[in-house]
Amino acid sequence: MREEETLDYLNELENKTIYIIREAYSRFRNTALLWSMGKDSTTLLWITRKAFFGHIPFPVIHIDTGFKFREIYAFRDRYAKEWGLDLIISNNAAALQAGVHPEKGKFRCCHALKTEALKNSIASYKFKALLLAIRRDEHGIRAKERYFSPRDNGFKWNYQKQPVEIWDLYQSKLNSEEHFRIHPLLHWTELDIWKYIQREKIPVVPLYFAKNGLRYRSIGCQDCCSPVNSRADTIRKIISELKNTDVAERSGRAQDKEDAYTMQKLRSLGYM
Amino acid sequence: MMEKCYFKLVLAGHIDHGKSTLLGRLLFETKSLPKQKITEIKTASKALGKDMDFAFLTDQLKEERENQMTLDTAQVFFRSRARNYAIIDAPGHVELIKNMITGASQAQAAILVIDVPEGMKEQTTRHASIIGLLGIKQLIVILNKMDLADYKKQPFKEVKDKILDFLAGLNIKPAAVIPVCARSGANVSRKSSLMRWYKGPCLLKALNSLRLKNPGNKKPLRFPAQDIYEINGERIIAGKVVSGVLKCGQKITLLPSLLEAKISAIKIFGESPKKAEAGKNIGIILSEPLPIKRGDIIVDKSSGVRLNDRFKGEVFWWSKEPLRINERVDLRCASQQVRCVIEKIKKRIDPSTLEVIEKNAAGLKINETGMVVIKTETPIVVEKFDFIEDLGRFVLERNFNPEGAGIIT
Repeated sequence: MREEETLDYLNELENKTIYIIREAYSRFRNTALLWSMGKDSTTLLWITRKAFFGHIPFPVIHIDTGFKFREIYAFRDRYAKEWGLDLIISNNAAALQAGVHPEKGKFRCCHALKTEALKNSIASYKFKALLLAIRRDEHGIRAKERYFSPRDNGFKWNYQKQPVEIWDLYQSKLNSEEHFRIHPLLHWTELDIWKYIQREKIPVVPLYFAKNGLRYRSIGCQDCCSPVNSRADTIRKIISELKNTDVAERSGRAQDKEDAYTMQKLRSLGYM
Repeated sequence: MMEKCYFKLVLAGHIDHGKSTLLGRLLFETKSLPKQKITEIKTASKALGKDMDFAFLTDQLKEERENQMTLDTAQVFFRSRARNYAIIDAPGHVELIKNMITGASQAQAAILVIDVPEGMKEQTTRHASIIGLLGIKQLIVILNKMDLADYKKQPFKEVKDKILDFLAGLNIKPAAVIPVCARSGANVSRKSSLMRWYKGPCLLKALNSLRLKNPGNKKPLRFPAQDIYEINGERIIAGKVVSGVLKCGQKITLLPSLLEAKISAIKIFGESPKKAEAGKNIGIILSEPLPIKRGDIIVDKSSGVRLNDRFKGEVFWWSKEPLRINERVDLRCASQQVRCVIEKIKKRIDPSTLEVIEKNAAGLKINETGMVVIKTETPIVVEKFDFIEDLGRFVLERNFNPEGAGIIT
């Protein structure tokens, strides 16, 4: 692929994403963006800043399980300040107090500390649309998603009865008890994200870069992420590694593997 | 919309004709599958007492695997030497047409899969019609399961003649009709020695010969306003240039108000562009503080665009509740939204046979298409689909739910 072609196609991916972000905000002023500080949601945040000319007109939520890597918290605090974000930190204090922990079952832990925490925050702020950085190529279940995905008040994803989504005429209204998950990066791949990070010089958490022969391809909670063997200590090397790898991106994520359908169960209950 | 490096394809066809298997085979042969995914599929196949089933790649839902049936559309990516592809796998069951449309409306070309021993079935032809209605003109036909026809030319030819005949009724001329065995990979990424009588390309070669869409820069300017932002005292009109090129200093007319102004600035965060081409999502600042709202359309001052409140279209209806003539529904076209009625249904058509069920019909039932006349309550800007796609396609909503869609003819 020639270089200018690459730039062109990244522009196209970016343009579609901007269109979706603006469409969500145009329909639901009461919008928020979920930011985990991972490469994808940081890319989404970056493009959202571009969509609104540097002034994101809604809050950015971090669902904090309390088990994240130290580097992730440092990154959050630095860029929340630098980019002037309206940051909401949300957690499930009751579950943490009750001792919910990854070692006592990944399904229960992810559900309580992420999904339930998110539920609480939607209930208190009455958000109607949430921007999330999931991609189709990450996981087979995520490949089934819509750009505008309605959730009922119980938070359920009714994957058997998803609405029609035709061209870029996304569904625009909701029953009062619902909210929309908006997925503006659905059409990007892992490789696209890194090429875009390289082009735009987007800052990323240092855990992605190899140290002593290991790096993280996907980051989240410390207990449930394991690094992959890698010598890629620059973005350029990560891109070249991804072009040749036959290891899946989320291979280091424990919650995907507890059982073949854990992600389906988690997601149908409202997991990201 | 232009799309340079991801070529988006939809896989269509009747249930069980092998769409997901063909997709799995394409990924496998282009080495687009991580090792771990292959292991995962093997394990899941084994758990259900089966050999490795490539369909499990996109059939990720538990229900899909247990019932051996794709329920919802999925997208996977693969790379050939020529370009990158995103393949949209769509369900083949009649109950799931809605999911098929969701997938297909994003595609630039289609692969229609037909089981050779079974021949054309209801969903084969219905999907072909929907593909035509969505404006997809490029199509490759795969005649699958050639192993069950002993790789013979005669059964291939019989089905080929029938499908070509049907497609001719939709004004679609396929780029290739290829005999394939998806299970073993014959004629997928290279020509098979089992079918020497076949002189055409293998699937991968045929895919690489499909053409990309033209971005539409040479067409007249259309800029539908998507939203208005007030930032640091500036009023920015956000939107996508759907056709033409927008330039700083250009004199424009705002529709429907017919007010005039100049473009004083084009806004892209971190850049100061002098022009913006079709496909770009930008902000603009006008020289005059004109009253403007979402759904207004900015055009070049000299272009003399007409507003319309009555136009012809072709509609596909997917709701269980029929569409009745003179019933008020919402029409959305680009960022425009108006109340409208279907004034006339000149022809009511069964898309799986192309048979005209009724002339001057009183309504459209689920999974029917209609040649209609639409009357909107207030005039809007529409174009023929073949001229400016974004302003030539629309969705019909009832109680905020999309229940049908169409193109302007």
